[in-house]
This record gives sequence, C-alpha cells and structure tokens, in this order.
Amino acid sequence: MPYKSEPAFRNDAVAKVTGRARYADDLKFPGMLHCVPVYSRYVRADDLAVDPREAEAVPGVVRVITARDVPGSLRYGQIDRDYAMLADSRILTYGDVVALVVAETREIALEAAKRVRVTATPLPPVTDPVAAMNRDAPVVRPGTDHNIVNHHKVRRGDARAALAASDVIVEATFRTAFVEHAYMEPESAVCVPRPDGVMEVYGSMQHPFTTRRFVAALLGEPLARVEVFTIPMGGGFGGKDDTAAIVCARAALAARLCGRPVKMTYAREWSMRESYKRHPYVLTYRMGLSRSGEIQAVEATIIADAGAYCSTTPWVTWRSAVQCCGPYRVPNVHADVYGVATNNVFTGAFRGFGSPQVNFAVEQLMDMAAEKLGLSPLEIRRKNMLRQGDVTITGQRLDTHTVSLGEVMDRVVKEIRFEEKLPRCSRGKPEGDELYGIGLAISYRGASLGAEGMDFCPAIINAQFDGSILLEVGIHENGQGAESAMILTLARELGVRRERIVYRRSSTSEIPDGGATVASRGTLMGCGAVTLAARELKTRMAEALAADLRCAPEEVRFRDDALWGKTDAERLSWDEAMHRLFLKRVYPYSFAAFRPPDVTWDEETGQGDAYFTFVYSCQAVELTVNRKTGKVRVLNVVAAHDIGRAVNRPMLLGQIYGGILQGMGMALMEEVVVEKGRVETLNFDRYKIPKTIHVPEITPIIVENPDPTSPSGAKGIGEPALEIITPAIANALAMATGKRFFRYPMRVERGELA
Amino acid sequence: MNVVTINGKRVPVPDEDLSLSLLHFLRERLDLTGTKNGCEKGACGACTVVVNGTARRSCRLVMEAVLGAEILTIEGLAGEDGSLHPIQQAFVEAGAIQCGFCTPGMVMTTYALLKRKSRPTREEIRRALSGNLCRCTGYIQIMDAVELAAERMRETGFVDRGVTTEGNRA
Repeated sequence: MPYKSEPAFRNDAVAKVTGRARYADDLKFPGMLHCVPVYSRYVRADDLAVDPREAEAVPGVVRVITARDVPGSLRYGQIDRDYAMLADSRILTYGDVVALVVAETREIALEAAKRVRVTATPLPPVTDPVAAMNRDAPVVRPGTDHNIVNHHKVRRGDARAALAASDVIVEATFRTAFVEHAYMEPESAVCVPRPDGVMEVYGSMQHPFTTRRFVAALLGEPLARVEVFTIPMGGGFGGKDDTAAIVCARAALAARLCGRPVKMTYAREWSMRESYKRHPYVLTYRMGLSRSGEIQAVEATIIADAGAYCSTTPWVTWRSAVQCCGPYRVPNVHADVYGVATNNVFTGAFRGFGSPQVNFAVEQLMDMAAEKLGLSPLEIRRKNMLRQGDVTITGQRLDTHTVSLGEVMDRVVKEIRFEEKLPRCSRGKPEGDELYGIGLAISYRGASLGAEGMDFCPAIINAQFDGSILLEVGIHENGQGAESAMILTLARELGVRRERIVYRRSSTSEIPDGGATVASRGTLMGCGAVTLAARELKTRMAEALAADLRCAPEEVRFRDDALWGKTDAERLSWDEAMHRLFLKRVYPYSFAAFRPPDVTWDEETGQGDAYFTFVYSCQAVELTVNRKTGKVRVLNVVAAHDIGRAVNRPMLLGQIYGGILQGMGMALMEEVVVEKGRVETLNFDRYKIPKTIHVPEITPIIVENPDPTSPSGAKGIGEPALEIITPAIANALAMATGKRFFRYPMRVERGELA
Repeated sequence: MNVVTINGKRVPVPDEDLSLSLLHFLRERLDLTGTKNGCEKGACGACTVVVNGTARRSCRLVMEAVLGAEILTIEGLAGEDGSLHPIQQAFVEAGAIQCGFCTPGMVMTTYALLKRKSRPTREEIRRALSGNLCRCTGYIQIMDAVELAAERMRETGFVDRGVTTEGNRA
C-alpha cells in the first residue's frame, strides 16, 4: 500500500481534515447580503420582460437587479463575448439568469425570487447540432446567419485517393453525451467592496485571472480595481472557469450596486442547470488500412454541440482536431471538426478537453480494424504507433522529448498479462452468465495549451532573512495539490528542507497572470517557473556569497540546507547565508517566468507544431458483463503514464485513481439528460457518479522520462489519467459481449445479450 | 430550553430555529463551517456528522428531531491541544485529501464505522463509505486511510474523547 512507503505531503491537508479550511461559502463579512439568481421557464424566447416590483416589496429585499442595471459589459466570454451574464431581451438557454435578488438573508432572497415575474414569447428551441448545421436551420446566436461556432481542419496528403486504394476500410459513427463535472462544491462567491474602491472577490473558481476579467467586464472597471483572492476550492476538473467566474461577477455587481459585501452560493440544482458540460460529439470516421495493417488514411467529420454560448468550444474542438487520429502515423488525413450552436446547455472545458471523445472513436476503430485484419489489438498498435522522430498528422516531428508509447504499452501489457488473458475473453459466447473481457487504449496528449493560447507562467521567491522562504506562483490550487508540488520542486532546486517554505496564496493584484490552471499544465508550467526562479535566486546568492565560500559564483553548490564551496570544508548554513545577505544588503528575491518553446498552427491546413511536448499513456481494463442483467463490473485497471518526472508521488497516484474513476463514470454511468433544451438531471439523486462500490483494482505505473522542454522535467497527469479509460472499457466490452458500443455512456440493457 | 450537545458543549436551540436543518444550524448559527453543503438532498454525504454515535446527513435532519442528541462534527474531532485524531492523521498521511470538500464527511463516516467495528474489512469500508461522494481521489487512498486509522487505533488502544458513552447508547 502506498502510504506505508511514503506519507503524502500536502501543505493544506491539516486545514482540510480539521474543517478549518475556509471555502467561499464558509466566509462571512459584517453587513453581508445574500444574492440568488432568478431563472425563466423558457429555453428559447424573445421579448423577455422582467417585473421585479413584487419581489422588491418583500421585507428584507435590498434590491432586484436586472440587465438594465449593469454598468459595464453585459456580455462577456473567454473567446466570443456572447454570454449575457444577465439575460436582457431574449432567452437563449434554460440556464439563462434573468435577475438577481439581493436580500438580508438567503431565505428572504429565495422567497422573493419566486415573485419576480418573467414573461417572454417562446420560440422552438434548436437542440440537434447536426440539424443546426443546415443552412435553413433557425439561427441560435443573434448577429450571425449560421450556427457554426468554429471549423477546424486537418489536411494531409490525399485521404480520398488513399482510402480508395486501401485494402480494408473500417467506418463507424460514434456519439457521446453531455457530462457534468460534479465538483463536490457548488459555485460560490463572496464580494466585498473595499473603501479604496477596489472590489475584493473570494470565489470558488479555477482561474482567478479569468474571474477578474469577467468581474471587471460586468462592472465596467479596470482590472487593477478588482482583486481576486485564492481560497480553498472544492474541485473543478475544468468546470470552474466560465460559470464560476460569472457567479463571481454577479456577486460583485450586487456588492457594487448595494455598497455592501454580498455572498452568492449556488444550490446544486442551479449549478447543474446553468454550468457548462462536456461537449456531446457525433464523430463519423472512415479509416483505410493496408492488408498488413498499416493505416493509410483517415477521413473524419466531428460535430460538437457547443450549446448556446461559445465559451472555450473553439479550443476544445481544436484539440480534437490535432489528436483526431490518435497516437498513430497517418499519411493521409482529411478531418473537419465543427463546434455548433444550439439552445442546449452550453459546453466548455472539462478534464480531457476534446480528447476523450476522439479517443473513444479512434481506439475502438483500431480494435475493429485489428479484428478485420486478424491482428491482435497490440499488433495493430505496434505497427502504427508514433515512435521517436516520427511525424504527427499535423506535420510535427516528435524529436524534442522521449516518445514512449511503446514503453507505456509494454509496461501495461506485461503487468496485466494482456496476451495471456486475451484468448479467455467471452466474445459473447453462450456459456456462463458472467462474460469476461479485456481491452486497452493508448494516447498521446499535447501538454498544456498548445497553439490554442498564450502560454507563460510566473513564480516569485521571496526568501526571508530568518531563513524561511515565501513562494508564490501564477498557478491555482484546484485541490489537485499544485501548491505542494511547487513547494517540493523549490525545496529540491534550492536543496533546502521543505519546512522552510511557505506557499503564499497570491491575489490577482500581487502576481502576473499565469494563465488558467487547466490543460494539465499546473505542474508543467508552475514547477517550470519555480525551477527558473530558483535558478535565478541561486545565481544572485552565489554572486553575493562566493567570496565567503572562497570560490567562484558558478562553483557554489546548494544542498542539505546549506551553500557549499569547492570542498565540503567551505560551507554556509542556509540561515547563516541569509544573515550574510542581510549584512551585504542583498535581497534573496527572484522573479522568473517560464515561457515554453513556441508552437505554430495554420488554420487552413491544420498543420503545425501544435504542442511543445506530449504525454504518453496506456490503460487496460478487465471487466465482466452479466448476460442477464447487463450489469458491467470493472474488475481491474492498469495505467501507465509517462509524466516526465514524479514530483509528489502520492498525489500523482491520486490523480490517476481519480481520473480513472471519473472516466469510468463517463463510460458507464453518467449522462446529463437534456430534454428539449431543459436540463433534467439537477442533483446527485439523478446524476449518478461513481462511488466506493464501483472502485476496481487499480495499478498505476509511473514512467519517468524527464522532459528536456520542461525545466523541472515534469509534465502533467490530470487529463491523461481520464482520457483513455472509456475506449479501454469499450474495447473490453466488445471482447466480453462480441458487440460494439458506439455511444457513451455505454449501457448494456437487461436482456440485450440473451 | 431546548438544547443539543455539539462537540461536548451544550447549545441552546431557539424556537425559531427548530425547523432549520442541522446543517444550517451548524454552519449559519454556530459558524461550524467544517460540515459542507454539497447537494442538500442527502445524496452526497459532504454534510455527514455523527449523531448519537451514528453517521447522519445533517442536511436531512431538522433541529427539532435532534433535540437532546449528542452531535459530533469535524471541528470536535481533534484534541484540545490541536493534535489530530488518528483518523485525521491517517487521511493526511495516506494522501486521501485533494480538494477537501468531501473530507469532513468522509472522516465522520469513518469515525462512526470505527466506533462500530475496530477491524473493518476492505469490503466493509467500501460499503460504509458508499454514501459519501468524492470526485477527486477515486476513493482508493481514502479507503487506505480508513485501514490505516483502524490499525493505528487498535495498536495504540486509542481512547476517544469525542461522543460520550451515554450518547453512544442513545
């Protein structure tokens, strides 16, 4: 058991395990008001009219706020500024908020919210993204004449000709569902107007800087007058970006208009109704192969339901485009990926970010092709997988880091004894009630943002003259253990005891914007910045103290809580070194930013060096399916990930376990039911996520090929852990039942296999 | 006067609060915010506290129904000197904590389990925690923590300072 070898390190563990950690809803300020949202019963409607008079008359109500009261930009967004933070003339989706009720207590606000009169002229909602692409479909987004949010292409070689010349074709259409992040803490914000005019924001958000932009936009105030603080937050998984920021912006608006602190905490039902989900995709693939099993070409049309607002759909679907052929050499590709607007709940960032959907398709196609060609799932992957120096479908040569697909797959295959177990699969054959299957999937994942965004991150080390050290980084603690990873990285770089280091939770007014803590970039970018800042600090210290150590600055070494000269006889303890820096009037302070290698992208051809490095993964699954009941039991998972370098092993394991369980939920259980645009699954009684009783055996295998493009050698694990469990389960299900499941969540109906 | 005992202290319950949920009473009246509100539907377990020795969802209990009860919350678990309860220590060491929002509920469910069974099997742990949702950890290190805590408490003969024996009988 892992804990017996290595106790976990987390700087926030004691606060959290004692209940002392204060999350947004735990905060109280003198004079604090409470704000709740008002929804309409419409999905799509025009001529919206909101009458707040009756609500305003309720004793204890301070104000009812509508779109008319907004001093700044009503609409904002990370890409398109299309999200009406308060609906004005129309309703575009069921989660639209038409008013805010601000009252002395939450109970009063809730009561008054029922009395806000909302009328509008309903219109038939557009809910099918495929139909919404037709030229004659009703247009969802005002100011445009079509529903296409974005169109990404990958063009390589001549796919049509290569398909025609292929010996074998596999083709299929895959579908995926809306999925809810289901962070345990619903959105919450507390905003406090400060006497100096600055609006303080304490929120359950994943990205303080995005939040600041939303707040500043709605208030119509400059960024410097909004200060967003980092506080403990109860999970994000990509889901605490837009909606969490919008909740903060609304609370800030109420605080500004009322001149008092305001808390806005979401009920789970509001959170599930309004917050964005994982995109449902429809993916149609044709793959051509030679008789010997080499992929010749792939044609793909991928349609993602963006819902009513753009959010990060163009970025999510861009990753789908880059990774649409899986981690394979494919000389001819013609792929089109569309984000399409509908009146459904909007969709955005979610752990995996456009990769789980394409992996679900591609990794099943590989098994389907293997079956057709009489190859094993391993043989077909070994023939086609990207290897050192190979070129991806976007024309990127993989030669700046170790391409370890073969290694991760071999490790998994050996650990789970794949080849020995494969022949035992039931393949639906009629003996016994429990059908057995084993399956696997592999992936490469572009690390960090890639060509979708500006990628850089700062760190500040402020060592104190008493020997303690303050560290702050432009990466946010979402619960994953980012702060702990950065503390450990700094301790390692400086050669000091980690107890010296205090992680300072910075506000947006104290450190430059480090980009969102998304895209599995926290460890890669944050520890990169820490490593560079540590080097900067060491240089500064060495220059000041080299003479004391009777050596040249470049000869000073940092280890065992001390500075050392050429020999072990020349030594300054860290405390002594700090004291001497004080006497020399030198600040042991450094600032550094990690700016990873440039990436490139051509929108027309879909060619470019999309990501500066990649993470390689393989997961295999054993499961049984009950022939009568259809009940699927995942028994065993083996997961290997090349994450560069392990920084905090117990937390790394936690990411792998958590990613696998979340992926299992997506594969087998979870679906946000959206009926004519209305979200029906509004709480955990109907939206079921995995529990302890669903936990299989999980064996993580950590592969470490330190990455030269990463200053700390580390890459990321959050998303790799989740992105291939679904196709691995799909492949195991096919091996068990002899049937393919083309849509997730994959459900085997009672009697379906009889 | 209506009272409940919370973390060993007698707390009066005003008449106007009798219809409040225990969750709200703890969080809003007593500022005991360690008990979390995840769903308010009894479906997530984040609000779990120990009532008369049994793990209960505080969002589903009204104050009127718990008058006279002995209630233990996450804030009452650590020693008065601030030392962690062995269950808390085990959660820290086993890496069972990520975002931490489910943690108080998990710890309180574990507390009630280990009161009942000092040597639970993995299967019993799995069943006992099956009403507590966690989205971060995949549960494995949480179940490791429960095993570790049980082992430590047996080895050290840990005597609890939480709920009184009287409360346990009730």
